[in-house]
Amino acid sequence: MSTGSLEVENLHLWRGERHVLRGVGFALAAGECLKVTGVNGAGKTSLLRTLAGLMYPEEGEVRWCGRNVRSDLRGFQGGLAYLGHEPPLKADLTARENLHYWIRNRRQLSEPLLTQALIRVGAEPFAERLVRTLSAGQRRRVALAGLALCLVPLWLLDEPATNLDAEGQRLVGSLIAEQLARGGLAVAAVHHELPLAGGAVRLLELAP
Amino acid sequence: MSAGSAPSVLGLPASLETPAAAVSAWAAARLALQRDLTLAFRKPAQLLQPLAFFALVTMLFPLAISPELSQLRLVAPGAIWAAALLASLLALEFLFRDDAQDGTLEQYALSGQSLTTLLFAKTTAHWLLTGLPLACMAPIAALSLGAPAPALGAITAAVVLGSVTLSLVGSIGAGLTLNIKRSSALLSLLTLPLSLPVLIFGARATQVAIAGGPVLAPLELLAALAVLGVTLAPLAAAAAVRISLE
Amino acid sequence: MNFTWFHRLGSPPYVYALAERLTPWFAWSAALLILAGLYGGLVLAPPDYQQGDGFRIIYVHAPSAWMSLMVYTSMALAAAVGLIWRIKVAHAAAAACAPVGASFTVAALVTGSLWGQPMWGTYWQWDPRLTSELVLLFLYLGYMGLRAGIEDTQRADRASAVLAVVGIINVPVIHYSVTWWNSLHQAPTVMRLAKSAMPPSMLVPLLMMLLGFTLFFGAVLLVRLRAEILTRERTSQWIREALGA
Repeated sequence: MSTGSLEVENLHLWRGERHVLRGVGFALAAGECLKVTGVNGAGKTSLLRTLAGLMYPEEGEVRWCGRNVRSDLRGFQGGLAYLGHEPPLKADLTARENLHYWIRNRRQLSEPLLTQALIRVGAEPFAERLVRTLSAGQRRRVALAGLALCLVPLWLLDEPATNLDAEGQRLVGSLIAEQLARGGLAVAAVHHELPLAGGAVRLLELAP
Repeated sequence: MSAGSAPSVLGLPASLETPAAAVSAWAAARLALQRDLTLAFRKPAQLLQPLAFFALVTMLFPLAISPELSQLRLVAPGAIWAAALLASLLALEFLFRDDAQDGTLEQYALSGQSLTTLLFAKTTAHWLLTGLPLACMAPIAALSLGAPAPALGAITAAVVLGSVTLSLVGSIGAGLTLNIKRSSALLSLLTLPLSLPVLIFGARATQVAIAGGPVLAPLELLAALAVLGVTLAPLAAAAAVRISLE
Repeated sequence: MNFTWFHRLGSPPYVYALAERLTPWFAWSAALLILAGLYGGLVLAPPDYQQGDGFRIIYVHAPSAWMSLMVYTSMALAAAVGLIWRIKVAHAAAAACAPVGASFTVAALVTGSLWGQPMWGTYWQWDPRLTSELVLLFLYLGYMGLRAGIEDTQRADRASAVLAVVGIINVPVIHYSVTWWNSLHQAPTVMRLAKSAMPPSMLVPLLMMLLGFTLFFGAVLLVRLRAEILTRERTSQWIREALGA
């Protein structure tokens, strides 16, 4: 049983005068993770943002389950979770409140489930603290809890293990593995090696 | 690898094929409104700044012109509305900037909800926090500039209606200038010409109210502008924000 | 219906070449019409019974004011086309329009103020026409300011396109409210010479000037459009070929 497939064909993207994405293409099936590597400025973030529908490619197509995502962009975006460089958290809300407002926008959520997710990522000890008092690593963990709570087939992750210690990086790896085991897909831009606890991994290297 | 056999550590059904229970647009809007109001009340000092600015600008007029109430009464309509316009411009900076910087605006755009609805909810919260308090201060400012007591009701109504339009029109400029550094001058340049009709009709309503005349016509014009703003501005603001997020 | 012409209009090389071919036609006919119109208006037309020779500035003022509004409309249309169908050439055209429109607005304001001096005894009056022109100038400045403030050309194109579309919806609202405001205070207006009461000797040169200014705008737009395309596409292959040839 597959929950989806992602196909990208001949993607061309310009940022100003720079030809950032030059004919990028790949196919990803359920249960697979695509690791995107490349030096700074190679276009990893641009690729992820284009896949999320935030940027519009000049040429090429992104297809989800065989259909062009532009035909129902909002529906497609409802089925994906995007995590950028910065964890999307309001500094003046607590971790728990942040997740409440972030995830409840997208799906029904119960309090026990929220707590369970916080425990899973090791954020329960500081869940009631304002995010402005948390360290970068702690904020990243809260963001990962939100990611898991979205419960969507497609994950788009931009350097998900930033600011995390070795244990945190293993956490990211196991979360992605669970996502893949559920039949989901993940596209992750990574700088360093990401320890993935299982699941098929494809590689895509972007050249600047 | 079958999707049904892997255990889910979150205690949820392991299959992802159960679609997420949909969240209605109304619920999402209410949530966005609630969030912004909660955030604002954690930093109450910031709420007072536009109001203090409004009071300050109002005070400039007697100092610059004359302390005679009979003279101030003539300039009161213009003074109140110029001050209200400038104060709401000052407050517009806070509408989208924080969310754009910490990435939550992006998440709104990606939530699967209509960005138009969410931004309308944010603009409503912003109006409740700045426009409405301004409207409550307006009668006090009017009194200080010599307006007679019977006029105050109409003056408040005019500022309520006008501030709604000002917030909505301002949200467009705020969305367009999201990524520009030090954009307050440009934001003013973009928003003020579009706000001129509000200034004209609002000042006229205030003038007629002070003179004791029929105030319904200009108030209706202000209401018409507000309706126009409510229907069109959120669409433009959503388009502007999406462009800024590219 | 064959729509290839529409698609070709979206292709920068095609428009670049087309603009070059059309410019002389626009330029020469504009020059002829303007010269004829100026001669007819400044020399041949009889002096106005009310304003004497002072009214003659209408032959520059009215076409400038008309063009300032027409250019804004064209700019907004081009921007809308670029926004909806994502056509780069349309965005380039909108960018090319803006400074021209702003110049027409300044010309209208200056000639209006010069007209006012002998008529009102003052260089400035807040009459509805001049006030609306002033607001229009700020709309242009806002558009150009937004473009200048955003570094990425594509984002600048799209953001300023939204602004232009919002602006064009507002122009009638602003004009109505300014006229309404002015009518309450009954400030003197001499800007209007009732068109229907104008004898042909006055009207014909005016129409010639209007048409001449329109063609002048066309010529200037074509030249500026070529320059815009050149700047935007300067790294592409076809430009190098077009220039090297």
